[in-house]
Amino acid sequence: MPPEPSRPDPALRRQRPATTSRQHTGVRRRPPTVLIHGGTLVDPTGTRPGDVLIQDGVIVSAGNRVESAPAGTVVLDAGGCVVAPGLVDLHTHLREPGREEAETVETGSRAAALGGYTAVVAMPNTEPAIDSAAVVRQVLELGRDALCDVAVAGSITVGREGTRLAPLAEMAALGVKLFTDDGSGVQDARLMRRALEYASSLGVTLAQHCEDSSLAAGGHMHEGEWSSRLGIPGQPAEAEELMVMRDLALCRLTGTPVHFLHLSTARSVAMVRGAKASGLPVTAEATPHHLCLTDACVAGYDTVFKVNPPLRSAEDAAAIRAGLADGTIDAIATDHAPHAKEAKEAPFDQAPPGMIGLETALGVALSELDLPIERVVALLSWKPAAIAGLAEHGRPITAGIPANLCVIDPEMEWTVDPARMASRSRNTPFAGRTLRGRVRHTVLAGEPVVVNGQAQR
Amino acid sequence: MKAATDLPPVGRHAGQPARRHLLSVADLGADGIEEVLRVTDSFVEVSGRAIPKVPALRGKTVVSLFFEDSTRTRLSFETAARRLSADVMTFSAASSSVNKGESLRDTVETIEAMGIDGVVVRHAGSGVPWQVARWLRQAAVINGGDGWHEHPTQALLDCYTITRMLAGAPAHEGGPGSLAGVRIAIVGDIRHSRVARSDVLAFSALGAHVTLVAPPTLLPPSLAGWPVEVSHDLDAVLPTLDVVYLLRLQQERMREALLPSLREYTATYGLTSTRARLLPDDALIMHPGPVNRGVEIAAEVADQPSSVITRQVANGVAVRMAVLYLLLGSGVDLAA
Ligand SMILES: [Zn+2]
Repeated sequence: MPPEPSRPDPALRRQRPATTSRQHTGVRRRPPTVLIHGGTLVDPTGTRPGDVLIQDGVIVSAGNRVESAPAGTVVLDAGGCVVAPGLVDLHTHLREPGREEAETVETGSRAAALGGYTAVVAMPNTEPAIDSAAVVRQVLELGRDALCDVAVAGSITVGREGTRLAPLAEMAALGVKLFTDDGSGVQDARLMRRALEYASSLGVTLAQHCEDSSLAAGGHMHEGEWSSRLGIPGQPAEAEELMVMRDLALCRLTGTPVHFLHLSTARSVAMVRGAKASGLPVTAEATPHHLCLTDACVAGYDTVFKVNPPLRSAEDAAAIRAGLADGTIDAIATDHAPHAKEAKEAPFDQAPPGMIGLETALGVALSELDLPIERVVALLSWKPAAIAGLAEHGRPITAGIPANLCVIDPEMEWTVDPARMASRSRNTPFAGRTLRGRVRHTVLAGEPVVVNGQAQR
Repeated sequence: MKAATDLPPVGRHAGQPARRHLLSVADLGADGIEEVLRVTDSFVEVSGRAIPKVPALRGKTVVSLFFEDSTRTRLSFETAARRLSADVMTFSAASSSVNKGESLRDTVETIEAMGIDGVVVRHAGSGVPWQVARWLRQAAVINGGDGWHEHPTQALLDCYTITRMLAGAPAHEGGPGSLAGVRIAIVGDIRHSRVARSDVLAFSALGAHVTLVAPPTLLPPSLAGWPVEVSHDLDAVLPTLDVVYLLRLQQERMREALLPSLREYTATYGLTSTRARLLPDDALIMHPGPVNRGVEIAAEVADQPSSVITRQVANGVAVRMAVLYLLLGSGVDLAA
């Protein structure tokens, strides 16, 4: 078992998180009494066999076998399964508002629930960008009826344009815990320094999409042997590494935590490893695709493999796996980036970057990482929950906590079929792959939103 | 590029129906290239007739699908198709719905619905012919040049020009389709050149020794697996050559900080009259056109007898006839 993950600073919990907590909505009917029966509980405290009884959205007993439940109890079979805290995605593009043809909060949250997620952090590169209290409120409102909790990340700069600070305090007051200009990095070092200084009083974390835009300009894939052969302009690994290097320096200068989004290169991982060893307050995530796919996938010019940061070399992917194994990388985050079919049916250099990932992340992680399931679930659940400051997710499975849980069949083999996905988009790079490990049930605040692999609404 | 052998062939995809396209010149292999060159000989003969036309593709429809303007290449393909008696349709992006929000795939499927047998695809984006080949159900795809990536028929006509010019030359070791022992330098903007990528593949497949001569900024970021040597000293390379192949330099490279100035490029990498005298007497001077006279090649050098630039253009039609015939032909006797 990994060491006890760092819990969010208690100061972070003073404000209600910017999520659509079921307890507060009042619009939904009372969740049923639920018994999760016959599984093995895996959470930050360890692994043990046990049943979970849930009433009114809250766990009332966990660990003991429950032989008789009240009449009307919904019994979820967890035989042969792992019962874990619900997964938490630090990096989801729900596309709403602005790109509803690619995804909506409803369809994205359904995909999330099917993937075992009970909370996702919605990235702010919507249209308009989430750069004000008004847009934060709009997305939170959209999340109220979703099949998972929707937390919101705000942008660091107005319109994600990298020139003026967005109203961080105003958004933090609504519970926003994570800020990023994701889609691009904040290019101006002085502005990023000021953002970190300003944020240090707010108990929030700034997250960076590391990409030096001048060095990456015009690149549509990883620069290297494959880009040279394929005649596709590349972006070098150094475009990412320069900004990782710069932000480690700014983290040292300001003392403010920095979270690195979707690390993709071996040297980025090495730098973060060194920074952690020297005590800097940094965290990092990596995506399922960067840990197992490489730039060789682009050889057929299939735009489904176009993503940013781009798929890198096999050595880079191995370094991501090593970083996940040794704790340098704290979390697996999907960077779920839906795109409409027509948008991806463009020439490679014109197609938008991005891949969907919510429904496949767990299966890919279990299939591709040589780690015990306890470690994989940590990377997908309580570790990202701590980074996102989500107090109701990733908790030990004990009486009294909100019932945000997922039930995983670790041995189930299944083949990824884009046509059967719940996301409105189909741009998965794993189509046709056989994965091992699938979500059987997902329970959101006591409501079984996924039962036997089927979304319930 | 030798590395192509340990990696999935770029031109042929798993899951793609067995059907003949010409996407990468590497798909042909040495035997396939030599076959095209042999068939080209027949069409060179046809082109010399009073009525340079054969009924080989009568009843077939060939579309030139040009998303990027290239009148030269388009006319060469269309002339080749007409001399084979095919029906020819021209599709140019400017006059189409491509700019009106229709996806590339929609365009391609609409055109196939008209009932076509072959499509020549030209696009500024690398890889588009591969995408088109995946989307089409029936028609054969010929890559007419994609982005910085490949221009297989240019490489074939270059191979044809070199092998036929060198045939009979005393130093020439190989058979009629071979470039064994032939020393070729490709000079200039390799990085952005589809011609260079296809020529490297084709020349090396036929056994040539290829040297790339360019400033480091105009080379691809990685040459791992390319069967080439690299030099930055044109003067040192020229005396060793059988063929010097100059690439067109786009003016916009100056704006991208790849070169300080045209003048400096010409001074270091241009084939000036002085520099051309370093070539052996029987060495060929080649260029895919259109030529920037006075930039990559001096005007008087482009016009000297050892320059085979216009012969390349003439051979282009016959080579494209051979490609269309081999992909779409119904077996009609060429002599008919
Ligand atoms: Zn990003």
